[in-house]
Amino acid sequence: MIWETILLALRQIRRNVMRSSLTILGIVIGVSAVITMVTLGGGATAKVTSDIAKLGTNLLSVRPGQGFRGPGGTRSTEDMFEVGDAEAIAREISGLSAVAPMASQTTQAIYQNENWSTTVTGSTNAYLEVRNWQLENGRQFTGGELRAGKAVCILGATVRNELFGGLDPLSATIRLEKLACQVIGVLESKGESSFGTDQDNFVLIPLRTLQRRIAGNTDVSAIYVSAQDGVSTEKVEKDIERLMRERRHISIGDDNDFHVRDMQELVSTMTGTTRVLTGLLGAVAAVSLLVGGIGIMNIMLVSVTERTREIGIRLAIGALERDVLMQFLVEAVVLSSFGGLVGIALGVAAAGVGARFLGVPFVLNPSIIVIAFAFSAAVGVIFGYFPARQAGRLDPIEALRHE
Amino acid sequence: MNTTVSKQTVNQTLIELQGVTKVYGTGRAAMHALRRIDLSIDQGEFVAVMGPSGSGKSTCMNILGCLDTPTVGAYLFEGVDVGRLSRDQRAVLRRNYLGFVFQGYNLLNRTSALENVELPLIYRGVPATERRERAEQALEAVGLKGWESHTPGELSGGQQQRVAIARAIVTNPKVLLADEPTGNLDSARSCEIMELLTRLNQERRITIVMVTHEHDMAAYATRVIRFLDGAIHSEKQNGGTSE
Repeated sequence: MIWETILLALRQIRRNVMRSSLTILGIVIGVSAVITMVTLGGGATAKVTSDIAKLGTNLLSVRPGQGFRGPGGTRSTEDMFEVGDAEAIAREISGLSAVAPMASQTTQAIYQNENWSTTVTGSTNAYLEVRNWQLENGRQFTGGELRAGKAVCILGATVRNELFGGLDPLSATIRLEKLACQVIGVLESKGESSFGTDQDNFVLIPLRTLQRRIAGNTDVSAIYVSAQDGVSTEKVEKDIERLMRERRHISIGDDNDFHVRDMQELVSTMTGTTRVLTGLLGAVAAVSLLVGGIGIMNIMLVSVTERTREIGIRLAIGALERDVLMQFLVEAVVLSSFGGLVGIALGVAAAGVGARFLGVPFVLNPSIIVIAFAFSAAVGVIFGYFPARQAGRLDPIEALRHE
Repeated sequence: MNTTVSKQTVNQTLIELQGVTKVYGTGRAAMHALRRIDLSIDQGEFVAVMGPSGSGKSTCMNILGCLDTPTVGAYLFEGVDVGRLSRDQRAVLRRNYLGFVFQGYNLLNRTSALENVELPLIYRGVPATERRERAEQALEAVGLKGWESHTPGELSGGQQQRVAIARAIVTNPKVLLADEPTGNLDSARSCEIMELLTRLNQERRITIVMVTHEHDMAAYATRVIRFLDGAIHSEKQNGGTSE
């Protein structure tokens, strides 16, 4: 019986191809918009996650100040760390794989006629480990170079390209401000971060070299800590906080004058943001589904009026109210589900093109397809019910008299 | 009302109207379409209902067809009081015992003759193959073998009315209610339809109640009832007595 009803509905739809296709247009647009938005949003989230993973997993950063401050923050007036703080963290906290104190400064890097504005970062080999940097060429610092504060440097890919072009930079000498510095290594490129900054635009030198020869102080502006696999970053975070409060003589009840940030936090913040955006876009797209539903209701009401006589005939020869109701309801659901199917196909295609265009991975979420289809069918039920009920409740005598 | 009568006659009386009154509207606008009609029709009768427009014959047919219920009085179909049935119960009664033939044929357009005839069987839940078989037989019975796949638009008026009759008899109903079945046909086609109805009445023992304006058509019936102003004006047994 239900199969008969579906066949009947299909036949009815085929009789009015033009009208049927216009009717489902709203649903098609709604479903394809939802699928496109959600799929592209999923791709963006995946990209952000993988970008942040490039920063180094299990990474914590310890910085002076109370965390998120505006760009004009009062960094300079705060107490910087010292190398001793990093050493204390490495010594007293268990479960760490590397601790890297660092300081940095904006500077001009000069090689022959080439001149490039970049950031010079002073740190140790641990910096490469915590930030997941791989050497493309050359070597890391030696223990002696680090201790003595030798003038040696490792170049980020952008700096190498800007200063050397296609030439081999190893053993060449570049100038960082007044410091002549020998290139001992080149890093592999990481590309842009999710914030849009060029991660490869920096020069790494031993921390002591930066402090003595460029900055002229003993400040450490951040300490990067990476936890061993399987060690809870939350626990490490708490341990570091306790240790640093002690070292910086902060009384109980006073706020920290430093902050420990977990990259996991950053990941969840970033993915949370894209997820909210995806949700909003999806919601906007879902509104068009609603509009599509109203379109279906409208056409079904017209159809009931047009087919009043047919309904009268069916009721007179023994159709029950629910037989007629089902007939019109099934017709609405078949229409909207068909719109859903077309919308899914269009949406997946649009998301594929969009993902390529925006440079995000194409992450198709099967559940959203199922949800979109179920939703479009539900729209048919909800918006088809009222006209269908009207059809079923027609008075057969009146309906038969209807011209 | 008179219970002894209905008990005695339950075997042959198929349809019985007892003091049926139908009022449309209320108060001063109230219109009495039927006034205390008493009527009984036996199994196998062929009754013609005549009368001018507005005399109540259509209202009476609607009540007999279980499409409408009396305001006052009772309509007993095989002893069952139709007035007390729900809308769906009346639909079930229609689908199982009644067949309808209308003046305007009322076939589904753009649907083949065969499918039109199958329609009541669909609502009775008859399986597809049996449905097709029975619909073909019904079309053959009305002389339309070979026209199964034609749509109403491709058939003449007489043929369309035959399809409608096939649709009405495909369920083997007890009663065939025909509302001016020849109203849209010329006299030759009308006679053919009347002969078909007479044959169904005689061969299949289908009780027929037919509304008509034409005396020629009423002459095919075994009994003629005349309505006037919502009441039965006269009854005449064809070739028999008059009241």
